[in-house]
Amino acid sequence: MPSSIAIHQISKHFAVGKTGRVQALHPLSLDIEEGEIFGLLGPDGAGKTTLFRILTTLLLPDGGTATVGGYDIRKDLKKIRESVGYMPGRFSLYQDLSVEENLRFFATLFNTTLEAHYDFIKDIYTHIEPFKKRKAGNLSGGMKQKLALCCALIHKPRILFLDEPTTGVDPVSRKEFWDMLKRLRADGMTILASTPYMDEAELCDRIGLIQNGRFIGCNTPEQLRAEFTVPLRAVRATEMSRLLRDLRDYRYCRSCYAFGEFHHISLNPGFSDEDLAGYLQRLHFSQLEIHPLAPTIEDCFMALMQKGGADA
Amino acid sequence: MRTFLFLLEKEFKQILRNRIILAMIIALPTIQLAILPHAATYEIRHINLAVVDADHSTLSAELTAKLNASRYFNLVSDGTSYEDALELVEDGKAHLILEIPPHFEKDLRLASKAGLMIAVDAVDGTMGSIGSSYLNQILQSFTAGLVARGEIAYPEAAGPQARIQVIPQYRYNTQLDYKTYMVPGILVMLLTLVGGILAALNIVSEKEQGTLEQINVSPVPKQSYLLAKVIPFWIIGLLTLAIGLLIARFLYGIVPAGSLLTLYTFAAVYVVAFTGFGLLISVAAKTQQQSMFIAFFFLLIFFLMGGLFTPISSMPYWAQVITWFNPTAYLIDVVRLIVMKGSGFADLVPQFFCILGFAVVFNVWAIFGYDKTA
Repeated sequence: MPSSIAIHQISKHFAVGKTGRVQALHPLSLDIEEGEIFGLLGPDGAGKTTLFRILTTLLLPDGGTATVGGYDIRKDLKKIRESVGYMPGRFSLYQDLSVEENLRFFATLFNTTLEAHYDFIKDIYTHIEPFKKRKAGNLSGGMKQKLALCCALIHKPRILFLDEPTTGVDPVSRKEFWDMLKRLRADGMTILASTPYMDEAELCDRIGLIQNGRFIGCNTPEQLRAEFTVPLRAVRATEMSRLLRDLRDYRYCRSCYAFGEFHHISLNPGFSDEDLAGYLQRLHFSQLEIHPLAPTIEDCFMALMQKGGADA
Repeated sequence: MRTFLFLLEKEFKQILRNRIILAMIIALPTIQLAILPHAATYEIRHINLAVVDADHSTLSAELTAKLNASRYFNLVSDGTSYEDALELVEDGKAHLILEIPPHFEKDLRLASKAGLMIAVDAVDGTMGSIGSSYLNQILQSFTAGLVARGEIAYPEAAGPQARIQVIPQYRYNTQLDYKTYMVPGILVMLLTLVGGILAALNIVSEKEQGTLEQINVSPVPKQSYLLAKVIPFWIIGLLTLAIGLLIARFLYGIVPAGSLLTLYTFAAVYVVAFTGFGLLISVAAKTQQQSMFIAFFFLLIFFLMGGLFTPISSMPYWAQVITWFNPTAYLIDVVRLIVMKGSGFADLVPQFFCILGFAVVFNVWAIFGYDKTA
């Protein structure tokens, strides 16, 4: 498979004030194959948007090279702009134009028409077509997202960049949105998406974990989970906040985070289930529940982040 | 070309949907032209004058009556003491005091020479100086009248220059009507506001909404994007001028003495210059607030140093040098010359090239300053 996006040692810094300097991206390399959904995961300020802006030719990197669809990001700006679709994190369509006018406008920007590629966006567009006369500013969050996706797809790009496409969108719309992405991939489109939602990460073909401008892990979700060999337990009891503190004080505790109804604790060698149960019983926790756990992407991410933090 | 027309269509749609902007385009010229020419008048009338007549003679009474008859002065008191008159000045009730000393008539008839004292409240400098010069003129014509009637002998000491009489003839604005002078200036102000402010806000608002980023990732060339921004404001600007000219005609009876074509040629180039200026601000600023503030800063300087209110020729030399770089100054000058004097294009070629120069510089600068890749 040829790589659709090839990034080699791309770096970028921003000046802060007169003397300050933030390294948004450390030299970073990555290959994304054609027809792949690649998920970019990382906390706010990790450098995800910077990478998107570089790849969509909105920003020039300090160093390194990259090609998008085979085109150089420094030399073939126009070619890249013709062949990629970009959906920024913030809703950025014309709020005072109607749904249809927005679509037609973006179609014209790319020298095409709504009719020419109607079939391509039909699946998504049918969701919002009943509201085509409505101003974009008056749409609901999920609808806006679908319109933005339609606008990014109207010129039938080969590569799609989605910067946190589902942030602030309800779970049902998020599910629908990912189903649409799956269908687009089936058509051979390469998709690079960033997301703060770990459950969405599981839906990607590969994910890259990014922290402070560095990749701290990059693999398929299955492989990432398989690499997580540390024992992991889910623990629940009454008094959850005291439980979290006490779990962190446990002598074999490697790390412990709150994950909804349970606390997930990863453990160092020497630990045994009996020892942990005994420790907690001595602390008088009632309705105690402990069971082994298959790692989620979030567990992997937390562990890698802690490791990354320790290395830095 | 199809893309460009579509960009243009989108700009028009957005402007036409913005009701406040639409209302302003009609209201701005109407209200400004209806109000400002009256407010910005330099003609000083109704100066409050206190006359202290210590002479109580026929001549002093005649002088007082003559002053009272003038449309420039309101007599607020007469016959009291100087101290009483000064009190009126302190209370703000009088601007000028004319004191006629005892024996005024006697001195004048016997010695052809008599003193009068004028005291001026100089807090409002313009009113004070203009008032005292009006008063001097009336006093001169009063004495000249007396000489003509043979009531007093001609003062020898005054010399020959007193015999020279100056009769000014005011050309192009025979009545020295300030409205005729102000209206062309206000028309220029309207063009500047529409071109400069609206354009300055436009691109920045796309920046704030994030739509500019979407345009930037598209293959649209920046020149056609910017041109599509300029044209609507250009049309709106010229429309505003048309409304303004109609109002000037029906409200003040001001009909341009020169050709409308010349006027519009200048206006067209000028609006291009100012939309370019607005775009330049818009490219530099990050938020609408910033661009608004920058636009106001420059517009105030352009207006106040453009000869709108005060003549450029009376500014200090360094300030006059600054006005060479003020496109508004050229157009105010040109519009006054066309409207009042009827100057033709041939008379205005230097100004034309100056304004054209600004149009080229601002727009080229805006295009180069606007970088699709940050």
